[in-house]
Amino acid sequence: MRGAGTRRASSAAVRRAGAAAKMRAPSTSARQGPYSGQGAPRDRFSLILINAPSALRLHKRANPITNGNPIMSVNDTDGSGGSLYAGRIPIFPRRVKGFYRSLKWWIMGIALGIYYVTPWIRWDRGPEMPDQAVLVDLAHRRFFFFWIEIWPQQFYYVAGLLIMAGIGLFLFTSVAGRVWCGYACPQTVWTDLFIMVERWIEGDRNARIKLVKQPWNARKIRLRLTKWTVWLLIALATGGAWVFYFADAPTLARDLISGQAHPIAYTTMAILTFTTFFFGGFAREQICIYACPWPRIQAAMMDENTLTVTYKYWRGEPRGKHRKREGAEKLGDCIDCGACVAVCPMGIDIRNGPQLECITCALCIDACDEVMARIGKPRGLIDYCTLADEIEEREGRPHAKPMWRRIIRPRVVVYFTLWAGIGLAMLVSLFMRDSIDLNVARDRNPTYVMLSDGAVRNGYTIKVSNQNHETRTFRLSFHAEDPAHPGRPYPLEARIQGSDTLTFDVPADKKRSLRMFLTTLPFAVIRPSVDVEIWVEDLTTHERAKAETKFLGPKLEQLP
Amino acid sequence: MADKHEKEIDELSGVDTTGHEWDGIKELNNPLPKWWLWTFYGTVIWALLYTIAYPSWPLIDKAFGGVLGYSSRAQVEQELARHAEAQKPWLDRIAALDLPEIASDAELAQFANAGGAAIFRTYCSQCHGAGAQGAKGYPNLNDDDWLWGGDLEAIHYTINHGVRAPEDEDTRDSVMPAFGDGTLDKAQIAQVIEYVRQISGQEHDADLAAAGAEVFADNCAACHGEDGKGNRDIGAPNLTDHIWLYGGDRQALLETLLKGRAGMMPAWGKRLTDAQVKQVALYVHQLGGGE
Repeated sequence: MRGAGTRRASSAAVRRAGAAAKMRAPSTSARQGPYSGQGAPRDRFSLILINAPSALRLHKRANPITNGNPIMSVNDTDGSGGSLYAGRIPIFPRRVKGFYRSLKWWIMGIALGIYYVTPWIRWDRGPEMPDQAVLVDLAHRRFFFFWIEIWPQQFYYVAGLLIMAGIGLFLFTSVAGRVWCGYACPQTVWTDLFIMVERWIEGDRNARIKLVKQPWNARKIRLRLTKWTVWLLIALATGGAWVFYFADAPTLARDLISGQAHPIAYTTMAILTFTTFFFGGFAREQICIYACPWPRIQAAMMDENTLTVTYKYWRGEPRGKHRKREGAEKLGDCIDCGACVAVCPMGIDIRNGPQLECITCALCIDACDEVMARIGKPRGLIDYCTLADEIEEREGRPHAKPMWRRIIRPRVVVYFTLWAGIGLAMLVSLFMRDSIDLNVARDRNPTYVMLSDGAVRNGYTIKVSNQNHETRTFRLSFHAEDPAHPGRPYPLEARIQGSDTLTFDVPADKKRSLRMFLTTLPFAVIRPSVDVEIWVEDLTTHERAKAETKFLGPKLEQLP
Repeated sequence: MADKHEKEIDELSGVDTTGHEWDGIKELNNPLPKWWLWTFYGTVIWALLYTIAYPSWPLIDKAFGGVLGYSSRAQVEQELARHAEAQKPWLDRIAALDLPEIASDAELAQFANAGGAAIFRTYCSQCHGAGAQGAKGYPNLNDDDWLWGGDLEAIHYTINHGVRAPEDEDTRDSVMPAFGDGTLDKAQIAQVIEYVRQISGQEHDADLAAAGAEVFADNCAACHGEDGKGNRDIGAPNLTDHIWLYGGDRQALLETLLKGRAGMMPAWGKRLTDAQVKQVALYVHQLGGGE
């Protein structure tokens, strides 16, 4: 079980390795940087290693509870044996202000707003139809989305949406890396919300660390209970909002309160309440690091033109706190204040280079910009930057290419074209689709029936869906051409089982199944196969739908 | 864990390696998160509790049944009972109403047809075929030729009481006698065969057929009618149409005349419920030939 994998190893190890790195005699490479005197990096792998931490002074993340002493018992590197298992190092993200923080507040507000409010929007569809704008009606097998109504056989629209979501993720990932993780993933958004609540109730980073360290007393119990209660209420609202998408929200809300709702509703709510409470309040970054497969897939989709959150060590190093000391002029811009580490919700040090824990939430950019402004240096010591830019900047050509040139590249254009093409195709087909859905299935057993007067009869099952919200009257007709005499009709007679006419009603928003028979007229020459078109026409709107099928008969040698 | 290897510290990360190496990539020896371990213990405990709750441990004569008393057989029984309960109001209405009333109620007719189709496949398809297309000696139920009548009432009666079913005294009963037992001689039989082929519009010998007309009038017309169009009251088939139960070629006609015919159908009223028989009747009636 030891050594859960190399993937995690390279970066998770980085932050645990500080003490070991310090113990080692500072090697020449550590002083000079990885590529001094070695020329340009050979390939992409070495590009990634540009940010390799041996160039920097490695800092193991300090455990705030043990007064900054890194916990080494989890994996002692001197080989004397230690625990096989590492406890979670608690994270106390500090409050930060700035452009990305504001952007994230807005995204959170809009995303959560959409999620909680949508089921309550009403949409009039006429009598006996649900008036909920967005509704997944499992009992009646309908999906309503404002003016769009999707039937089960049109589920390909949902498949199309899923494909769009997939390609959309490729698109965003190739442009800006784990931007989904950092801004829009529910795990990130709800964790952000939970941390905000935690900060309101228990105070900012230092107050929270103090609270954890102090023994239990009335105040600590009170704060903890308040925090957990608010978390639970948010979690309950989250689970609650989910079930409203599947039933009429006002009715279900009343039933939920009066205890009359279906057990499935309560179970779903309970599960989602628990997962929200636990994932947002306690598991947090562990979900991203250990449970979620998406970050591993994303890494494979990034290239040297992908924007990632980058510490520009070529500008920041060597870092140092003591600006007034002798030799300070040799120091880089990083004053080693630790602001970027303190605000990080994943508990990493971005200065160790790109690492798999980083969800690119960009809060370290805001934190560093604040500090740079205070010490009178230009912003962007930590910033969105591509690996290709990094090479240019290290060779003294900052902004060699404008950002849009990095973003608009063939790969991105292909993704966008695919994504937009599928979206357009779906929109077009959605607006062009008929409000009649006609399906004709010819009887296959028996394929044809010989009647007592020598005529041949075929049976068909006809299914007509009326997707409008009022009853409609349709007339059935057919068109068959004699294969031996093109242009001449093949003499057939149509009949609907149990009816004297070829007109029939289909109730609003319903599908009706009919049995239709085609029989040869007495003077017909029996043919083995005749192409037939079945037409259904709305008698009021004259909207029509067509289905193609065949009329089969015995081959000549089978005739008596 | 057990493998011995030289302690090797990875320069980049400062972590020792496991000694495993693939294409120059070495596996670092990082610890698992503790919660992972606790989750593992949790699953072990869950598994143990599961074996207590559900059928599990093999004992000498049977397996331990679990404290919840669950069994898949009992679950099937419950589900069957649930379906039976859900269908009961429909079946009660089918039992209470007349066949034409059921047929005119679209929703009820749909239920009856679906149920009838299932019953037909279970009990009737062995002889009549899955598509009710029939076979030699077993009538095709899709066509418009009926031995005993093709309206709902007649179909229902045939299913209910069967044909020549010994278990039902109200059964449809008649017999095509064996004329080969001396009633007709060989020449007469040959003549009547040609006559039957004539009235059914097939290729025939006109001279023999002319003689056969007399034989037919004397021996066959009592049941099949003077014009040969049959008699549904006694299940005598129409000999003038294109449909043959046992075949219309000379060999088949000879066999029919010599040995007679007496096909059988069970009286399903003795085996199925009233509602089931009605459902099958409705199903057969809507196949296309219903009158």
